[in-house]
Amino acid sequence: MSYHVNEKGYYGEFGGAYIPEMLYPNVEELRQNYLKIMAEPDFQKEFNQLLKDYVGRPSPLYFASRLSKKHNTKIYLKREDLNHTGAHKVNNTIGQILMAKRLGKTRIIAETGAGQHGVATATVCALMGIQCVVYMGEIDIARQAPNVARMKMLGAEVVAATSGSKTLKDATNEAIRDWINNPVDTHYIIGSVVGPHPYPDMVARFQSVVSEEIKKQLLTHEGTEFPNHVIACVGGGSNAAGAFYHFLDEEKVNLIAVEAAGHGVDSGESAATSILGKEGIIHGSKTLLMQTKDGQITEPYSISAGLDYPGVGPLHAHLFKTGRAEFIAITDDQAMTAGMELTKLEGIIPAIESSHAFAVLKEKQFQPEDIVIINLSGRGDKDLDTYIKHFNL
Amino acid sequence: MNRIQQKLQEDKKLLSIYFTAGYPNLNDTVTIIENLEKSGVDMIEIGLPFSDPLADGPTIQASSTQALKNGMTTEILFQQLKDIRKTVSIPLIIMGYFNPILQYGVEAFCEKCAEIGIDGLIIPDLPVDVYHEEYEALFNQYNLINTFLITPQTSDERIKYIDSISKGFIYMVSSAGVTGAKNSFGSAQTDYFKRIADLNLNAPQIVGFGISNTETFKAATQYAKGAIIGSAFIKFLKENGTEKTSEFATFVR
Ligand SMILES: Cc1ncc(COP(=O)(O)O)c(C=O)c1O
Repeated sequence: MSYHVNEKGYYGEFGGAYIPEMLYPNVEELRQNYLKIMAEPDFQKEFNQLLKDYVGRPSPLYFASRLSKKHNTKIYLKREDLNHTGAHKVNNTIGQILMAKRLGKTRIIAETGAGQHGVATATVCALMGIQCVVYMGEIDIARQAPNVARMKMLGAEVVAATSGSKTLKDATNEAIRDWINNPVDTHYIIGSVVGPHPYPDMVARFQSVVSEEIKKQLLTHEGTEFPNHVIACVGGGSNAAGAFYHFLDEEKVNLIAVEAAGHGVDSGESAATSILGKEGIIHGSKTLLMQTKDGQITEPYSISAGLDYPGVGPLHAHLFKTGRAEFIAITDDQAMTAGMELTKLEGIIPAIESSHAFAVLKEKQFQPEDIVIINLSGRGDKDLDTYIKHFNL
Repeated sequence: MNRIQQKLQEDKKLLSIYFTAGYPNLNDTVTIIENLEKSGVDMIEIGLPFSDPLADGPTIQASSTQALKNGMTTEILFQQLKDIRKTVSIPLIIMGYFNPILQYGVEAFCEKCAEIGIDGLIIPDLPVDVYHEEYEALFNQYNLINTFLITPQTSDERIKYIDSISKGFIYMVSSAGVTGAKNSFGSAQTDYFKRIADLNLNAPQIVGFGISNTETFKAATQYAKGAIIGSAFIKFLKENGTEKTSEFATFVR
């Protein structure tokens, strides 16, 4: 069984590039060049240098002793929250901005949900002096105000997506339309392992530095490269793809993908795509997505803007379908409680997206000698308002 | 011969109209089609509304959202069209995004289209290669013509490939962009229309996106076989309602 993309852009039956002809030249240009460009020594050098000196990599692999004690197992946190801009998203935007430059593009567009990807994109655009437009759902603009301000400070134009559910899905639609309207000078920096091939593979490769580091770091901590479990939250699935990447073919490593159940999987207000979704096409990819019987894409719900997406990347659809990864759905309340627990026990305030991954500790019993890695995909600064409201702080 | 192929042989410039099924009202579909035919329209594209129409501008997006709110579904559209061939004889094409068709079942969808007398499909997000490998045989079996899009960015090589698998016409997207009405075309568009005409393709070309009035219709059909009006007609429907549909075609020609 392969968990990597094939030459046609599929993971098993998922993936492909279901795009209108207007996008074909852009996507094809990227498809033909991305592996070649990524392999260039000059690209590698610049990418690694920026990850080290600008992002602050490698991010620590931290043994969380009090959390471990509480849950009677060995828990390590991969500290993507300590990256510049506060989340894993920047690994991908650094890679893609270097890609865009080599493709001769002079204008960058992006979609964003929580605003983390928007900030990470605006940041690399400021770094490179390139024009940046970020599409963001009107509702997300309201619930992630600090990130909107950051993007503006960084010189990006933030455009409100006012159609549909006014969240991540709609922001993505608007970004795709912008790309159709600007086919020559613009590169679209997609923020997750979604979209038409080669995006899911390209983004997964840029994020794969996460599991590459975990292996090395775990070797010094524990004398083995392989944990028993790797847990990551899944919106589109980029931090999970990064944390899983170098373990995909190591069947002894259990992969746990955590989706947002919102108010509960059966509440009608949820974003648990693997449970509620069916095969179909969203944003150019054949994957699992939440939809009506008639094939209309439904509006998801999660307290966390970064997980509020009705689809999931094709790699994850494949991991679900093949049973390679275990999928667990966590409600708003469970996530918030877990976020507070991490804060109290370890002095780390996680992004609410990441809090979903921590909630698994209560849902699943691990063995005392198990090594459990949790990908702490981002920090909670952007979510203070939500935490304050939820806990009446 | 399929009705689309017959129509393409007529010695005239063709006017084709797109509208979103279920807009402005759920049950306007048949009235709009009948009125358009009476007013001399050559071909009609019936839009199957989708929640996330990626290739469409604000006008068609809004009409799709409204149509879905009105309750339009694939099943209802087929119901509405069930007797359409008793009154209408011009070519009818269903234009829709791939996901609703996939959920209906591609074969079941084709079968239903054939039963009703639909002549072809336009599915903007079904890539040419996937169609060619997975669905072409099925479409042929039901005598349905699939139509592909080209844009100013499409390479000559790819246009020739698309031409080689086109059984009806090539849908020539007028300029880089999503759907939406324009008042006039610039020299970049005219150059592009001419460049395509000079390729001497087998399949006639019909220009769409941005056609809104006599001027843009004339400019587009100077080189191409016809033109498709979408957003401008939707706007007309919004402002004038369904009863006056027939005035629209007269206004364009
Ligand atoms: C901190 C954090 N984690 C996770 C996600 C979800 O995205 P993905 O599933 O691509 O990692 C986001 C998205 O905004 C995020 O900001």
